[in-house]
Amino acid sequence: MNKIIERQDLATSLKKFVVEAPMIARRAQPGQFVMLRVHEQGERIPLTIADFDRERGTITLVAQEVGRTTRLLGRLNEGDYILDLLGPLGEPTAHPEGKNAVCIGGGVGIAPVYPEAKELHQKGYNVTSIIGARTSELLFFEEEMAAVSNELFVATDDGSKGHHGFVTDILQKLIDEGRPIDFVIAVGPIPMMKAVADLTRKYGIKTIVSLNSMMVDGTGMCGGCRVTVGGEVKFTCVDGPSFDAHLLDFDEQMRRLCMYREQEKMSEVDE
Amino acid sequence: MARIRPTKHPMPAQPPEERIKNFDEVTHGYSEDVAVQEALRCLQCKNPRCVEGCPVGIDIPGFILKIREKDFQGAIDILKDKNSLPAICGRVCPQEDQCEKLCIVGIKNEPVAIGRLERFAADWEARHSKAEVKPVEATGPKVAVVGSGPAGLTAAGELIKKGYRVTIFEAFHQPGGVLMYGIPEFRLPKAIVEREIEYLKKLGVDIQLNVVVGRTITLEELLTKEGYEAVFVGTGAGLPYFLNIPGENLNGVYSANEFLTRTNLMRAYQFPKWHTPIHIGKRVAVVGAGNVAMDAARTALRLGAEEVTIVYRRSEAEMPARKEEIEHAREEGVRFKLLTNPVEILGNEKGWVTGLRCIKMELGEPDASGRRRPVPIPGSEFEFPVDVVVVAVGQGPNPLIPRTTPGLETSKWGTIVADETGATSIPGVFAGGDVVTGAATVIKAMGAGKIAAEAIDKYIKSKQKEEK
Repeated sequence: MNKIIERQDLATSLKKFVVEAPMIARRAQPGQFVMLRVHEQGERIPLTIADFDRERGTITLVAQEVGRTTRLLGRLNEGDYILDLLGPLGEPTAHPEGKNAVCIGGGVGIAPVYPEAKELHQKGYNVTSIIGARTSELLFFEEEMAAVSNELFVATDDGSKGHHGFVTDILQKLIDEGRPIDFVIAVGPIPMMKAVADLTRKYGIKTIVSLNSMMVDGTGMCGGCRVTVGGEVKFTCVDGPSFDAHLLDFDEQMRRLCMYREQEKMSEVDE
Repeated sequence: MARIRPTKHPMPAQPPEERIKNFDEVTHGYSEDVAVQEALRCLQCKNPRCVEGCPVGIDIPGFILKIREKDFQGAIDILKDKNSLPAICGRVCPQEDQCEKLCIVGIKNEPVAIGRLERFAADWEARHSKAEVKPVEATGPKVAVVGSGPAGLTAAGELIKKGYRVTIFEAFHQPGGVLMYGIPEFRLPKAIVEREIEYLKKLGVDIQLNVVVGRTITLEELLTKEGYEAVFVGTGAGLPYFLNIPGENLNGVYSANEFLTRTNLMRAYQFPKWHTPIHIGKRVAVVGAGNVAMDAARTALRLGAEEVTIVYRRSEAEMPARKEEIEHAREEGVRFKLLTNPVEILGNEKGWVTGLRCIKMELGEPDASGRRRPVPIPGSEFEFPVDVVVVAVGQGPNPLIPRTTPGLETSKWGTIVADETGATSIPGVFAGGDVVTGAATVIKAMGAGKIAAEAIDKYIKSKQKEEK
């Protein structure tokens, strides 16, 4: 049982929680995730760690209410407890060579890219960040990202804030301007990560993406999170969740994420 | 002396057409009368061979004699002297390869039903025993147990009885390991596992859930910062093997681990009341023919699949599952495509499984395992329609602890190298069960947990002597 000590509504269906989890905070590193359960009959879902404070013994989670468990999580308030919380899981993100990094976060993916930018910034990298969402209402962590980036760009699909268009438009512009970019870390919806990968592939810029695959245990036992990387089958939970974007089979991952769409509809009825 | 009854007393069971509609236990167990009658078949050998076949050395004629005398409490006391989990072992031990294989009665007739009698005694105790469990006064050094499967539970039980303060670390939100996530309810009711765990808790064993050693805390930290004098690693064989054939990442393909964990631990069979979903499928193929494959096939039937087929590359004689499990599966309507090897999983444009392409096999020369090697018959490829495929071709040791513990020696198969006492390459670190042997049986893991507990006791005592 882990206590929620802070809750913030980032948008209607987007919630931020600061949770007491000293054991997890102590060892957490950017790129790692937790598994959680919020109901006695609940399922286990993975969530990437959005921030951690070792001294306070807390971790930060951001959840978009897309399924039954995230909706149940969204109903929890300060002082409530998360029933089961396991972590930190997965391998920390390994950074490619070079000191010029671009961190891209799309939608709820802004949360997991934040600790990446924060760490790189602390280590003295030149961090350029791009965050994007469908509309300004769904943007979050703008100040946080600005604080850990040398420069921050914002994009919205509907133009309600920042650049009217996609994060990849901004990335293309940075490349065209001839800015030094050694590597890109991109986290967001699969189509966004795929678009980033397609763009950076042309210029030979190393790109890391982080997956939020479906899994049951999170420790290498179920294999439900399998993904093809460079023709080899890997498990997101123990080999990832960060992978080389240029080797990843995004289409397969997209299909696997749709595996329980029918059942999800049944869950909505049941609630 | 009256002539001995040639066959075991049959085990009362749910009829197949009934039981495939529920997840309740298939067999009901002997009544007191039948148990006593079966106990009369035991010859009470002076040099009982059956005991040699038992990985934990239970006094088998001793407990059977007590049943014959209707001293059922006496019988369970003898069992528990050597085996802390008799209700579990009576159900899932492969007795036909162990005690019953060596039973003298079994030379001319069917052996004594030792397993069924063990289960009877354990179930009798659960129903009748009023004895309160008293906590052990554990004031000794701290010992950590990693994993709460059969090896870990046994080690924990033995260690606390020796006065050690024992903490079990479990990654899942529920203790029990493979007994909870792997073996289905209809073969091992979860209430039985929960009862055994409650017993350990009452003795004073501390169970920390949601802690994955290697990630949340390292083995090294347990021994240094956390002050544990020794650690027992019983993390099992949790890493699923796949076939490495095209189509394996299609939607609808499961490892047996995932299929069974969703159903057993996460209760997907009660979806949507329980929240974890599973794809049931109309036609299910299960690849492999071990106990896990039989569990998966029978689970698929109970979930509501119309047609379930075991696909296995060798012949009936080589199937590694227990005979009883194969018989149960057959009675329930599971089909068998033997000498058949999958070469590709077929799918549609949306990424869902539609069929299995296989090739017919024949048996050639014996291989390293002593079994005749299956060889493909050229040109014999064929396809059949399925919408779910469960891959049950074995599991390897979980790699998390070896990966995060410098200096811990492992084999080329990834198993932890341990001597016969469970001692590993790191002083104070002991290991046992599937993580050492590769996937084996519940009772062997329990045996290893027990032996390691003895070794840990010796290790700590000799260390204390040195320090004085």
